[in-house]
Amino acid sequence: MAKQTAIEQDGKIIEALSNAMFRVELENGHVITAHISGKMRMHYIKILPGDKVKVEMSPYDLSKGRISFRYK
Amino acid sequence: MIFLKSDEEIELLRISNQIVAKTLAELAKLIQPGVSTEQLDKVAYEFIKDNGAVPGFLGYSGYPKSICTSVNEQVVHGIPSENTILKDGDIISVDCGVYKNGFHGDSAYTFCVGNVKHETLELLRATKESLYKAIEMAQEGRRLGDVGNAIQSYCEERGYSVVREMIGHGVGRNLHEAPEVPNYGRKGNGIMLKSGMTIAIEPMINMGSRNLVLEKDGWTTRTVDRKPSAHFEHSIAIRRGKADILSSFEFIEQVLGNKAI
Repeated sequence: MAKQTAIEQDGKIIEALSNAMFRVELENGHVITAHISGKMRMHYIKILPGDKVKVEMSPYDLSKGRISFRYK
Repeated sequence: MIFLKSDEEIELLRISNQIVAKTLAELAKLIQPGVSTEQLDKVAYEFIKDNGAVPGFLGYSGYPKSICTSVNEQVVHGIPSENTILKDGDIISVDCGVYKNGFHGDSAYTFCVGNVKHETLELLRATKESLYKAIEMAQEGRRLGDVGNAIQSYCEERGYSVVREMIGHGVGRNLHEAPEVPNYGRKGNGIMLKSGMTIAIEPMINMGSRNLVLEKDGWTTRTVDRKPSAHFEHSIAIRRGKADILSSFEFIEQVLGNKAI
């Protein structure tokens, strides 16, 4: 039986919430909440509203994601 | 956490996978126009029980049947039903899992029903061949990205698309284990393969675009453009540095004879 993996999608940051959570609008129009990944936290990578980012979404909950990359 | 298996555990996995292979061969004898996927599921269930094993899929996250039967534009996880009746020209991918001696077997094959269009046959041949190309790459020291890249480049060269949302997986005491084995990737990326790893490689290739949609039953996935999709799966072990295919298509191909893909 095939397994479902986390889907990577691109999105734009709309709003910064507290605790390193952000509201992200995905390319397909959905708005989700996403948190910054540990690796980005470790390297002190800042994210601001308006940034284009890559978000990993779990197939089990499509309203929450993890921001894994910030594009230039 | 990736569990490495000893030689004895790999042999137990082989037993489970051989039962899957024989079950698929039993179904190969039945697949023709007019048969319902529910009938195939019943036969599979009985055959697996007769071999002293339990269907690995039944009850997995609530899955209601023993096999997955995905027809034409369905990609994977099609639920067998009395209302799905095979007709001439269809392709049906059957995925079967078996649990015996504490280990899971998992393998899949896409069958032709009657006379299938030439271009669809080409899709099936390419998908099956890409699986073997991936297995060639599955050696100690190579990475999962090499395996995924083998499938992706082989299929995309021929104009097909690789499904992203569904992936292969480690297999063993659990049906789905670490690592994730995507059918796409970049060479040199990903986890390094080691002896003792047991993975299920399952290319899912679409004739048209790679996008899928989940049906209302919560399980069946279908291509957005409704073009056909093929799926083949082998469970393999990395043993003494080399890939050791635990499941088998030999039984199926004996039954299909010269109609094998």
